[in-house]
Amino acid sequence: MAGITLKGLKKSYGTAHVIKGVDIEIEDGEFVVFVGPSGCGKSTLLRMIAGLEDISAGELSIGGKVVNDLPPKDRGVAMVFQSYAIFPHMSVRENVAFGLTIAGTSKAEKAEKVAEAARILQMEHLLDRRPSQLSGGQRQRVAIGRAIVRNPQVFLFDEPLSNLDAALRMDMRLEIGKLHQQLGATMIYVTHDQVEAMTLADKIVVLKDGMVQQIGSPMELYHNPANLFVAGFLGSPAMNFLDVDVTAVNGSKVLVSNAALKPVEITAKVGGFSAGGKAKLGIRPQYLTPVDSGGMLQGRIALTERLGSETVVDLTLGDGTRLIAALARDAVFPIGANLGLTFDPAQAHIFPV
Amino acid sequence: MAQISQDNRGLRLVVRYTVLCLIAAIFSFPLIFMVISSLKPSQQLLADAHSFRALLPVGDISLNNYFDAFKRAPVALFVFNSVLVTGVTVIASLAVCSAAAFAFAFVKWKGRDLALTVILATLIVPFETIAIPLLLEASKLPWIGLDGITWGWLNSYRVQIVPFIADGLTIYLFVQYFKDLPGELIEAARVEGASWFAIYRRVVMPLSGPVLATAAILKFLVMYNQYLWPIMVTQEEQYRPVMVGLQYFFQLNRAWGEIMAYLSLITVPVLAFYLYLQKAFIASIASTGVKG
Ligand SMILES: Nc1ncnc2c1ncn2[C@@H]1O[C@H](COP(=O)(O)OP(=O)(O)OP(=O)(O)O)[C@@H](O)[C@H]1O
Ligand SMILES: [Mg+2]
Repeated sequence: MAGITLKGLKKSYGTAHVIKGVDIEIEDGEFVVFVGPSGCGKSTLLRMIAGLEDISAGELSIGGKVVNDLPPKDRGVAMVFQSYAIFPHMSVRENVAFGLTIAGTSKAEKAEKVAEAARILQMEHLLDRRPSQLSGGQRQRVAIGRAIVRNPQVFLFDEPLSNLDAALRMDMRLEIGKLHQQLGATMIYVTHDQVEAMTLADKIVVLKDGMVQQIGSPMELYHNPANLFVAGFLGSPAMNFLDVDVTAVNGSKVLVSNAALKPVEITAKVGGFSAGGKAKLGIRPQYLTPVDSGGMLQGRIALTERLGSETVVDLTLGDGTRLIAALARDAVFPIGANLGLTFDPAQAHIFPV
Repeated sequence: MAQISQDNRGLRLVVRYTVLCLIAAIFSFPLIFMVISSLKPSQQLLADAHSFRALLPVGDISLNNYFDAFKRAPVALFVFNSVLVTGVTVIASLAVCSAAAFAFAFVKWKGRDLALTVILATLIVPFETIAIPLLLEASKLPWIGLDGITWGWLNSYRVQIVPFIADGLTIYLFVQYFKDLPGELIEAARVEGASWFAIYRRVVMPLSGPVLATAAILKFLVMYNQYLWPIMVTQEEQYRPVMVGLQYFFQLNRAWGEIMAYLSLITVPVLAFYLYLQKAFIASIASTGVKG
């Protein structure tokens, strides 16, 4: 049906290479999320798929057909923009029906499809309003409505929720998830909100500087990040990284330590370590637990944030490194006190530098 | 606090309206003088010109000047010619220039930037420099009409219309406006399956009220005030516009009263056009919410 294949896709503006060879395989009906820091090329990649940007090199196929040179209207995609991009001079009804009007659909069929879309998005009561009379969330619904009436094979979303407030964002996030289940269409969703990425995605593509860093399910990426960048990008608060010395290597077992860390053996998922070398040890804040005495790490408490459900403790280690620990449940820690922490080596990650 | 700011606002309003009234007075002064004078005999008109009487309908007031003006020149024909030529040119110009600007602003094609540069360069060429070559050109152009193929466009409406349909300034106005429209609207329409023409007609034009009004006013003024070109290309009264018609009143005996009557008459279409555009302009801003 409408799987999407990106093969060696590249995009340059003059001498600026923005997308530097991207390969992604997207199955029919999959929900794929592109994440990455600002300026990494997420929107550009999405717009290349939509046909709004030329492809400099590589091959893009949708539903098994190479579409490099097809204009947007012949690609069978619908797109929802960050700015909503609904037409200010048309009523909501006309906006939602725009694609059908262009396609010359009959009045009766149009009315039926618009009604159906309005029902799914619960906006029947808005149909006769003008866009200027709508709230941000309602405008976004209209934009999504316009996308779904044509029943496209592929939906593209470019940060559709970033202009909404937190509560509304969560509502709409759930609704987009529901919509995906109802329609079963292929969806590509660009965001830099990791909660959206983790909750919505079947598959996450992490991008940086126009290159794919890792592709996988949310949990794969969370538990087995392929490199430092992915490890640091996903998860909140971000993963702690300690500069450590490698003292011994035995197959995939790497023994590391530093001034603040007692020697510990970590199972490496990637290669490239040698005894006497340096490495980065990654520990998620959630996997640190306080101990009464001893512990693998010792630090002085610089700041605490009590969130009720958890307590985020900001520590300074003996060698001056900053470490964040997210401790389960509410707890009180005096600032300036020493705290010993321990962690499960199986939950730690090690990366070569 | 509230009291003070209230007073302040009242004062500000007074100042604002005073200034506006002053400006309105300055601008309407010539118009009032023209209309009032058109009702007076020439001698009284000249005598009154040195006092406030010039702006007041006092003394020997009548419509005689108007009757005399109609006797002296085919006023109705001149007004008709001007309105026809101006109207057709304005409408054709809006259509052609906005379509051209659309291609420059939204469609990517080879040589686009160069072509736009060339068009903009024409802005610095004064019409007078191309008038003679244009005249020679126009006198040789073919036309297919009721008489079959004829050569030469002189003495016609088309020779007054066609050269002014496309112009750099109008295209430039549209290009600038189009570039300020939110690009995602155009992209959304493209993804929704709209052809370039559909985008032009259904998305861009409905949002272009303000620039359409601006371009229409500028073109209207140029066309309605045409003088040099019509003199060059029309020898017969039948095709001549209002400004050329003014000559009739400066021959032999110069009757200022009649001149004022004639000017008042030919001002009517201008005012009507302004009032219409003003309404359309405000309506378009209100309905689209796109800034001007
Ligand atoms: N028309 C253009 N000309 C030159 N460079 C461009 C152009 N459009 C985008 N870029 C560059 O391409 C890079 C990727 O831009 P893109 O909009 O895809 O980033 P993004 O990942 O969507 O970022 P954000 O999260 O901020 O939306 C940026 O560095 C940007 O400066
Ligand atoms: Mg972006």
